[in-house]
Amino acid sequence: MTKGIVKAIIENLVQVKVSGPVSQNEICYINLGGVKLMAEVIKVLGDTAYTQVFESTRGLRPGDEVEFTEHMLEVKLGPGMLSKNYDGLQNDLNKMKGVFLSRGEYTDPLDEDSTWDFSPIAKAGDVVSGGDWLGSVPESWITHKIMVPFGMNDEYKVKQIAAKGTYKITDTIAIVTDKDGKDIELNMIQRWPVKIPIKCYAEKPRPFKLMETGVRTLDTLNPMVEGGTGFIPGPFGAGKTVLQHSISKNADADMIIFAACGERANEVVEMFVEFPELDDPRTGRKLMERTIIICNTSNMPVAAREASVYTAMTIAEYYRNMGLKVLLLADSTSRWAQALREMSNRMEELPGPDAFPMDLPAIVSSFYARAGFVYLRNGDSGSITFIGTVSPAGGNLKEPVTESTKKAARCFYALSQARADSKRYPAVDPIDSYSKYLEYPEVIEYLNKNVHPTWVEDVLHAKDILRRGREAQEQINILGDDGVPLSYHDKYWKSELVDRVILQQDGFDEIDSSTPMPRQKYMLELVLELCDTELVFETFEEVMPYFIKMINILKQMNYVEFDSSEFKTYETELHKLVDERSAK
Amino acid sequence: MATQAFQKIYTKLNQITKATCSVKATGVGNEELATVGGRLAQVVKIVEDNVTLQIYAGTEGIGTDAEVVFFGKAPSLKVGTDLAGRFFNAYGDPIDGGPEVEGKEIEIGGPSVNPVRRKQPSELIATGIAGIDLNNTLVTGQKIPFFADPDQPYNEVMAMVALRAQSDKIILGGMGLSNDDYLFYKNTFENAGVIDRIISFVNTTEDPTVERLLVPNMALSSAEYFAAEHNEKVLVLLTDMTLYCDALSIVSNRMDQIPSKDSMPGSLYSDLAKLYEKAVQFPGGGSITIIAVTTLSGGDITHAIPDNTGYITEGQLFLKRDTDIAKTIVDPFRSLSRLKQLVIGKKTRADHPQVMNTAVRLYADAANAKTKLENGFDLSDYDERVLEFAREYSAEILAIDVNIDTDTMLDTAWNLFQRYFNKQEIGIKDEFMNIHWKKA
Repeated sequence: MTKGIVKAIIENLVQVKVSGPVSQNEICYINLGGVKLMAEVIKVLGDTAYTQVFESTRGLRPGDEVEFTEHMLEVKLGPGMLSKNYDGLQNDLNKMKGVFLSRGEYTDPLDEDSTWDFSPIAKAGDVVSGGDWLGSVPESWITHKIMVPFGMNDEYKVKQIAAKGTYKITDTIAIVTDKDGKDIELNMIQRWPVKIPIKCYAEKPRPFKLMETGVRTLDTLNPMVEGGTGFIPGPFGAGKTVLQHSISKNADADMIIFAACGERANEVVEMFVEFPELDDPRTGRKLMERTIIICNTSNMPVAAREASVYTAMTIAEYYRNMGLKVLLLADSTSRWAQALREMSNRMEELPGPDAFPMDLPAIVSSFYARAGFVYLRNGDSGSITFIGTVSPAGGNLKEPVTESTKKAARCFYALSQARADSKRYPAVDPIDSYSKYLEYPEVIEYLNKNVHPTWVEDVLHAKDILRRGREAQEQINILGDDGVPLSYHDKYWKSELVDRVILQQDGFDEIDSSTPMPRQKYMLELVLELCDTELVFETFEEVMPYFIKMINILKQMNYVEFDSSEFKTYETELHKLVDERSAK
Repeated sequence: MATQAFQKIYTKLNQITKATCSVKATGVGNEELATVGGRLAQVVKIVEDNVTLQIYAGTEGIGTDAEVVFFGKAPSLKVGTDLAGRFFNAYGDPIDGGPEVEGKEIEIGGPSVNPVRRKQPSELIATGIAGIDLNNTLVTGQKIPFFADPDQPYNEVMAMVALRAQSDKIILGGMGLSNDDYLFYKNTFENAGVIDRIISFVNTTEDPTVERLLVPNMALSSAEYFAAEHNEKVLVLLTDMTLYCDALSIVSNRMDQIPSKDSMPGSLYSDLAKLYEKAVQFPGGGSITIIAVTTLSGGDITHAIPDNTGYITEGQLFLKRDTDIAKTIVDPFRSLSRLKQLVIGKKTRADHPQVMNTAVRLYADAANAKTKLENGFDLSDYDERVLEFAREYSAEILAIDVNIDTDTMLDTAWNLFQRYFNKQEIGIKDEFMNIHWKKA
């Protein structure tokens, strides 16, 4: 094993003089008075390895000893990861002692003593390869597949498989024979380097299925799909985190992996507190039972921040290979980019725009490319839907991280400061935002078949109403209320109808916070019907009070149970109101 | 700090810049403290036997033969209950003529709290200022800055908040505070008779610039001592964080780092987060709440300092002069407390969230009406009414000299709603309308 000694220290960049071979991204441990600090090789020059240390380097001295491990940064995969809270390096935070984090304290991500009810899937004599299912154990409400380690990409013959029963994750559950006749014992644990994508699937088609999030401005107007990618840029205070949290609470996924990357600790605490209490609307179980939180908050070491998104993605890929629908959320990818910038700066690399490293766009796009819908070799399907937030400096979308991400992600949910200022939440700008998936023929077909036969047409119609409303509003602002034809007021207020009833949603209201698709369909059809109704007004002064009344009734409908008697009372009231001014 | 026996002394500096110097030395640890020519310094970079130190008091007059003495430890502070009521400089040395503090020595800028050990902030901090309590409620364990232009009375407002808030300790970290402002805080706290729960770490404009880099960590480490070990509720006031960032950029510039936006170091976000994230609710009941000041240049919040701050802190407060009532208010549009959702309608009356939003929406309508008026358009009846409403809302509730409890704020708001609007225009859930809307 290669050893080395510390040569230079510049904050968390440590140069190590090595005595043997080292590889790029190899992990090493630096011995600081008995405490071992984990570090990753990020550059090698002659006999000097440049390493980024995942901890504070306070007190480190030249001459301190370093041990290399011969492997890259890995995650440990196996049953028992659900509901866990990990740091960026997959240490189980709950296993750490003390209120404060201490340097060099690394904890086991899995519980080696835990026992699991194993049922075999493969039989003796089967030919298997990396990623194939050997058996399964129930993990919370997920059927956790025990797979052939992804790195075993030859063909192997199953020699023996454990019978149905209770086993520890360290027990041998299968013996497979490789083509040289050598036996390999497998247990429920495997390791995988986080920077390498797991590709043990048959094919990766274009995504086509709607991924419901319960957030109307997404599902209705700019839908996300299973295996899709999207990002949410927005200035601070525009509600990025609140939006991501509500997606994580309501999304129609088998499991959620949330990477809190360089953001506020109190936001993560909110999840720690709420998720074990909140019910998953689909299964009735607690939200925490389908969630893994990877938490590297802004005050935790910077280098581990970069690792955290990769750790999260790798765990997502592991579960995808079990045929599960995984939703991966990262908040915020800008902090990750900043971590890259800090290192690049310390390495004295020539900077790209805004001092970010030159290869930022490439790094971002190869990360987004790891998401996707896949068909496994056994015909099952799995998916990783990835939505990241971006925190653009100064709220300016023409900055390197936003631009790099825009090239990589297919959905763009732009949060607008103006909407946030006027408390129009979620502040997703309906006109600037887009979902490329709405142009996919397979998605259009899926939506029209599963939601409503003219759904996509209706959605585009709603977008046009919003666009027309914005134009009308601009004219009204320039020419004055009485300087424009009456129809401008009508157009503007109809767009307000769509905006306030469909797009705006009260994330803190029990009922309004999540809207299932049938209800979204019902409300959109209702609002479009109202928008298409010709209304008669004498003067422009009558327009606003009338629409305010209408919006008010519709909002009350949003607040009560769908199709309840109250809901219907409001609806009757609404139709009465329409009849007052309907041209017919 | 006196030199101790057996310490190695180096006397050959090979590089001196405005804030740093380098010396050949061995056995030195990263971030270790030292003195250079009697001035306090800290190790910031080590390349083999070449050690770079940042000299807090500046390098003016330092010679290449200056004595460099290493202490073998990182910057530290002696903490004990005796800290209360005392004034210190950036190094933690008393400046009030009192004795040295006896107590245990802790390193400043220590480790972070394990996120799973944190408790969710849930106790509201009442200030009697409606712009805060009603619209932007503060919670213990929160971190929030005032984004203020230099001409705004932010120090006065912050002192007022500190005095009205219920806390066991108030720790002031003053960075680049003018001597006048320092005396203002000192006198205000003395006059209010609360000096025994105040601790101050002050770097005034008369002190060297780089020194102020130590101030926030001094303040926060002592806050951690009281909050974690004595389970006290600690309020930390940091003013002015913009001047702290300026000092950061000076040091990073001297160390030849590539500046990012607005000449600030690329690590600004992490540097600020390390401080602000010290705000915490401990499991033992103690808490650290941080209220800071970030001065703006011409109200520009897209500058790297307020921008990064905004991404870290849990909201921000803006002051604004309301010319209609000739008083200062907390701007209801731009201010935001992110943690208010944890307490409003839960620790306060259930109608609080809806009343708050409705009042702000109407206030926004008034702003639109005002624009219309300025552009020479006729006002509708609704416009006239919202303008009237906005004036009274501002005078009776928002003005910072109004000191009332939250229930009174809510009742006053309901009265104003009813005076100027009809039920539909208010648009609050029927559940609350039935209780608070008085029947004619």
